Amino acid sequence: MTDEAYNFAYLDEQTKAMIRRAILKGIAVPGYQVPFASREMPMPYGWGTGGVQVTAACLVPEDRLKVIDQGADDTTNAVSIRKFFARTAGVATTERTVEATMIQTRHRIPEVPMKAGQILVFQVPIPEPLRFLEPREAETRKMHELEEYGLMHVKLYEDIARHGQIATSYAYPVKVEGRYVMDPSPIPKFDNPKLSCSPAIQLFGAGREQRIYALPPWTKVESLDFDDHPFKATKAAHDCDLCAAGDSYLDEVIIDDQGGRMFVCSDTDFCAGRRAKGHKGRLWAPEPEAAE
Amino acid sequence: MTVMERVVATDQPLLKVEGLTKRYGARIGCADVSFDLFPGEVLGIVGESGSGKSTLLSCLAGQQRPDLGRVAYEGRDVLAMGETERRRLSRTDWAYVHQNPRDGLRMGVSAGGNVGERLMAVGARHYGQIRGKAADWLGRVEIAVDRIDDRPSAFSGGMQQRLQIARNLVTQPRLVFMDEPTGGLDVSVQARLLDLLRGLVRDLGLSVIIVTHDLAVVRLLAHRLMVMKSGYVVEQGLTDQVLDDPQHAYTQLLVSSVLQV
Ligand SMILES: Nc1ncnc2c1ncn2[C@@H]1O[C@H](COP(=O)(O)OP(=O)(O)OP(=O)(O)O)[C@@H](O)[C@H]1O
Ligand SMILES: [Mg+2]
Ligand SMILES: [Zn+2]
Repeated sequence: MTDEAYNFAYLDEQTKAMIRRAILKGIAVPGYQVPFASREMPMPYGWGTGGVQVTAACLVPEDRLKVIDQGADDTTNAVSIRKFFARTAGVATTERTVEATMIQTRHRIPEVPMKAGQILVFQVPIPEPLRFLEPREAETRKMHELEEYGLMHVKLYEDIARHGQIATSYAYPVKVEGRYVMDPSPIPKFDNPKLSCSPAIQLFGAGREQRIYALPPWTKVESLDFDDHPFKATKAAHDCDLCAAGDSYLDEVIIDDQGGRMFVCSDTDFCAGRRAKGHKGRLWAPEPEAAE
Repeated sequence: MTVMERVVATDQPLLKVEGLTKRYGARIGCADVSFDLFPGEVLGIVGESGSGKSTLLSCLAGQQRPDLGRVAYEGRDVLAMGETERRRLSRTDWAYVHQNPRDGLRMGVSAGGNVGERLMAVGARHYGQIRGKAADWLGRVEIAVDRIDDRPSAFSGGMQQRLQIARNLVTQPRLVFMDEPTGGLDVSVQARLLDLLRGLVRDLGLSVIIVTHDLAVVRLLAHRLMVMKSGYVVEQGLTDQVLDDPQHAYTQLLVSSVLQV
């Protein structure tokens, strides 16, 4: 039930209208960082207040909301945000990617391909991809305006010079429709190809930095690279130890103090769905709780 | 063709400056400066502290907007250009060497990355080729190639200045602005840097506008000399003529004060 003490989805209508205008502008200019007047939310910045505000501005009563944190629906962060909207907007929630109409995410894109009609909202800590080498805000704005993006390749050059390869594995910079260079938020670069030509709307919200940017459906998104060091969407060279998936992004989990490790899908819904269909990984035991 | 032959052979100036004036409120930065710079020519600008040398240079390089006057680069009106075009010019045809290498280098980026930046800015996308060129340029400015992955913060002042020069010259600019490139360095380091600069200017046929208050720099590098005082150009001509037979009282004082040192 909606808590009557709040407006629908917590924010007042005027604030939501302001955020929607920023979102529409972002959709009209894919990859461009639109400033917006970020509001205080009843949670710390590290919890993705930018994403929460974008979600609040887009939610309608008919929505079914999924919230994931590093791919998982059950972390404190994901659970709190889901509860927050269940209480302030009264919307249905789900852990199933296929059932969700709106997904707020931190650090992942679900394994199940997005569908038309879905909205994926990313929580963004640092929206400016040029920040690493150029701290002056006025200068980075100018660089975007004039498409002076050589500096992004300096960053990749430094990576190769130091590590022999492009070591950037999260927040890997992309170019949107051949125009704006964009930080895709700290998703693993494994997820970068999913950004491109997605049927879903992808929205990015940075609360502390007060920026919103967007990828409308079917937007072409390319990961930056060098001709002789092409982009590769890498993952751990294992299968999931629970569901045997060979093509999903894996987390490494320490399972005992003898250095025992296992690799499991970071997308908990994807992994559970496969197990429900009878896929069994190397370490899958029907009652994993019993092992604890 | 030697530089002098080329200077003689071209009648079209690379840079044409007319009546350039920049004020800071009521104070004069530089006033009514006019000159032509021909391809392959090195113009020295001297004058005491506060005489407007840096102001003039930054107006010429498009870093500040003058209040009055005209600047034409290869016949194109620089002040009427859009910012995109002007910034493109300063990444390709032009280069700017700062007095303090910290202002012209990225201190958090390796030497190779510093030299490679301009290449990447104009579209180079082959790591191996960028690195090859960076290594080549480090060699040309006498920095050991095995320092290519070190950051400039690990370099001496003279090395930093040489790195800044390599970073600027890697894209083969035609016009280089230098503001006191040897300032703040030991005398012996200065001499070596000057030698290097002289070689590069000659080999690459660069056109240079170099600001300095060091007449030794001028004698070694500049074909022509401009003397500034209180924002105005008080004397200009061939370097040897100006230094050997100064006309303006201020220039005479400048020359004699150097000789006394
Ligand atoms: N940003 C500024 N704001 C106000 N006045 C300025 C500014 N920059 C320079 N000036 C003034 O303009 C005049 C010329 O200064 P400029 O820095 O061009 O001299 P300079 O010849 O380069 O001196 P130096 O040899 O000390 O570097 C001086 O009177 C200076 O105080
Ligand atoms: Mg100066
Ligand atoms: Zn799995």
